[in-house]
Amino acid sequence: MVHLALIGAAVLIAIVPVAMLMRTSSHGRPIVYGISLIVSLALLAIALLTLLGSSEAASVAVLPLGLPWLGAHFRLDALAAFFLAVVNLGCAAASLFALGYGRHEHDPQRVLPFYPAFLAGMTLVVLAADAFSFLVAWEFMSLSSWALVMAHHRVSDNARAGYIYLVMASFGTLALLLTFGLLAGPGGGYTFADMRAVPPSAGLAAAVLILALIGTGSKAGLVPLHVWLPLAHPAAPSHVSALMSGVMTKVAVYGFVRIVFDLAGEPAWWWSMVVLALGGITAVMGVLYALMQHDLKRLLAYHTVENIGIIFIGFGLALAFKAHGMPLAAALALTAGLLHVFNHSVFKSLLFFGAGAVLNATGERDMEHLGGLIHRMPQTAFVFLVGCAAISALPPLNGFVSEWLTFQAILLSPALPSWGLKFLVPAVGALLALSAALAAACFVKAFGVTFLGRPRTPAAAGAQETDALSLAAMMVLAALCLIAGILPGLFIDSLAPVVQALVGARMPVQHGVEWLSIVPVAESRSSYNGLLVFVFMVISGWLAALAIHRLASDRLRRAPPWDCGYPDPSPITQYSASSFAQPIRRVFGTMVFRARERVEMPPPGDSAPARLTVELRDLIWDVLYAPIASGVGAAATRLNALQFLTIRQFLSLVFSALVFLLLVLAIWP
Amino acid sequence: MALILDLAVQGAQMLLVLLLAPLLTGFVRKAKARFLRRRGPPLWQPYLDLVRLMRKDVVLAHNASWLFRVIPYLVFAATWVAVSLVPTFRTGLLFSWSADLIAIIALLGSARFFQALAGLDVGTSFGGIGSSREVMIASLAEPAMIMIVFTLALLAGSTQLSTMVGFLVSPEVGLRVSLGLALIALIMVAIAENARIPVDNPATHLELTMVHEAMVLEYSGRHLALIDLAASLKLLLYVSLIACLFAPWGIAGASAGLAALAIGAAAYVGKLAAGGFLLALFETSIAKMRVFRVPEFLGAALMLGLLATLLLFFSRSL
Repeated sequence: MVHLALIGAAVLIAIVPVAMLMRTSSHGRPIVYGISLIVSLALLAIALLTLLGSSEAASVAVLPLGLPWLGAHFRLDALAAFFLAVVNLGCAAASLFALGYGRHEHDPQRVLPFYPAFLAGMTLVVLAADAFSFLVAWEFMSLSSWALVMAHHRVSDNARAGYIYLVMASFGTLALLLTFGLLAGPGGGYTFADMRAVPPSAGLAAAVLILALIGTGSKAGLVPLHVWLPLAHPAAPSHVSALMSGVMTKVAVYGFVRIVFDLAGEPAWWWSMVVLALGGITAVMGVLYALMQHDLKRLLAYHTVENIGIIFIGFGLALAFKAHGMPLAAALALTAGLLHVFNHSVFKSLLFFGAGAVLNATGERDMEHLGGLIHRMPQTAFVFLVGCAAISALPPLNGFVSEWLTFQAILLSPALPSWGLKFLVPAVGALLALSAALAAACFVKAFGVTFLGRPRTPAAAGAQETDALSLAAMMVLAALCLIAGILPGLFIDSLAPVVQALVGARMPVQHGVEWLSIVPVAESRSSYNGLLVFVFMVISGWLAALAIHRLASDRLRRAPPWDCGYPDPSPITQYSASSFAQPIRRVFGTMVFRARERVEMPPPGDSAPARLTVELRDLIWDVLYAPIASGVGAAATRLNALQFLTIRQFLSLVFSALVFLLLVLAIWP
Repeated sequence: MALILDLAVQGAQMLLVLLLAPLLTGFVRKAKARFLRRRGPPLWQPYLDLVRLMRKDVVLAHNASWLFRVIPYLVFAATWVAVSLVPTFRTGLLFSWSADLIAIIALLGSARFFQALAGLDVGTSFGGIGSSREVMIASLAEPAMIMIVFTLALLAGSTQLSTMVGFLVSPEVGLRVSLGLALIALIMVAIAENARIPVDNPATHLELTMVHEAMVLEYSGRHLALIDLAASLKLLLYVSLIACLFAPWGIAGASAGLAALAIGAAAYVGKLAAGGFLLALFETSIAKMRVFRVPEFLGAALMLGLLATLLLFFSRSL
């Protein structure tokens, strides 16, 4: 199986030169995206066959590439197969979307060659089974996505976004390099099998956890390492934004799971506290940042940060249960986290596609310039609404199921003996509930301001519905949101081999439960049936409509809006994105963002307009990054003098450095 | 046979809540009027209002979208399904396992999500103000509610409402600090969720402090009737929830006979009347607060719920 998957990746890499040759031809787009679509679907089929197939043994391949004494090891086990499926589902959807969407690209030569390379990089990270191939694939993925972020490099913000992304990606890879160095140990066992065979000592494992959190967390967008994400993800073309937010962050999550659950040995009790605290803070901070945005794509990127937090809460709970020898509860928490990985990749891709369709139709990402699009783009509006409801964790869609499972895992945690966790877990539960409620508020804003109301600009008023292929990609994902919401048992059961391999237990089989309910622990404890809830809602809504239309009235009259008798025809009198968020900004923003509102009223008699200015400060940037940046800048200025020495000074510098090093060597015991 | 009885009870509950909800609203209005030394509208006035609204034409704004017309049905359906799953006169309803308390809260969240969208659809400033304040209130009320659910679930060892009620009605419960905190928090959340004084005023129109009424301002005719009915159902849901969790006496068990069912139904109606009376008393004795005091009110509810949960994490006997 793994050989087939590698052939798929090779085909993707092989289209790169084809794409370069055909960069200006009009056939380049259908060929590149068409082949990417076919290969992604094939890889998805391979992953699903491995995940659902009965064969327990992982399939292994060693290629004579890379370091001469090591070779390139690849392995397809249950965990890799699950993430391969998530990655390639997202890639297939993005390729289908791009078949239509890519038509509007001004510079296809800047996108087409890097796109298949990006897909191949993500697939290879998941397949890699030694440190060297993992890191090479990881860098391949980072750099090709960086090139895609820089596709529209003449937009001034994009260059800055690309620069910050490059710095953070290099920093993350450095942390991962050190992680694998520690795991390999002095013997240099760089294959994952060697690392698994010799787990690190407790002190080293602690360093591995921290470095893995930095390395994978900076790619996934854990607060406070998230700063590049909301800049870089929106800068790329929309199908690439969807891939970066929906899929590449999942590859980073894969890296975390692989290192922490698989390679680093038995977890210590305090690991879970670090992961839980980071997850809870990330979830709430992500959604609060998102609420303050009025750029649609940036809002979605911040929601990726939030959802990564929710995923890490699940993983933190799983680590806690695993460390205290409660494998069943660990299986529940890990399943919740992994299910949210899948769910998030589906609805986040869908939402970015929708944002891309809006961007194409209007040329606007700023919600303050949109509005009323539901009339001009009804089908896009419908699928975007499904995505909004799913990400807001509303039943009967899929986002609710994984958050519900996380809540169930939290309710099992009083049995944990550690006192620190007894304090932390309820607080994290409150943070999770808060982030879910705020996410719903944020998506009321995102959908309401973009699609509802009256158009705020002529561009929004003249929008056209997007093309059929893009719509098809969004419809498929919207359908998946519903299916995963009403039949979650299927997805939970297919995760069982992954969870079994990582924590040594699995959730109860959901397949035979009556009425297709899901029962995480025992039926007396909790159960949920999305299908019945969905059917009940459809029936009762339909009954109400039928009864009213038959028995009462079905007449309808159109009239101007009422608005308490004072309707104003100007669309700027509507609530905007920032006015919608104003109450929440006052409640949470004054503390978190030091939000200040300043009103400038002209003196009486002056006809100048009054102005309301809102100041927000990003404290994480100010406290953490600005000092580092200014420190590096100051050091560079200081060291700049070294560039202007005479040749004698340079020679004496080299000589004294040599003498110094020899002295150190001589004194070293 | 047992299945038919179960099905009948479930169906009876769905009809009962639908029929009782306007009565409860009417009762609260009447009681409030009496406290204010007014005669007040008759008890059945909400039914008359509903019938009148149903028969009228819908007057729809020119730029209202299809979503605006679908939302009343969605809101009604979600609320009705949620209230059908709360034990009223009998526990162990046929479909009670299809959604636990967390899912019921989330169903109400779905209803609110769509209602807030409807407020933005026509693009008027009143709709916007209502929606934006509603989601601000919800962003604190929902986590507070989840914390209350955690408290009860940790005590009863289940998030299923039927199991919770079965535990709370048993003699091993006794007086507990955590239950007291949860009750206070639940009442605060219920007041906020149902847009009652001091958070919002269900009786006002044309006032800048209104939240719920501003959101539904553009609705008319049968659409408005459905939304009003859903609001009444939500009030009934919260009163039933408080009744079945904190005053579970008289409620019939899963295997109860007809006599027990009759007692359960009578007790339920009595509890509704008591709840409505207390709500009216509370509303007339307190002034409405400024909108930006509401976060403090709900923040207190959230902290009480969190405190109760924390207590139970340390000892199940608290």
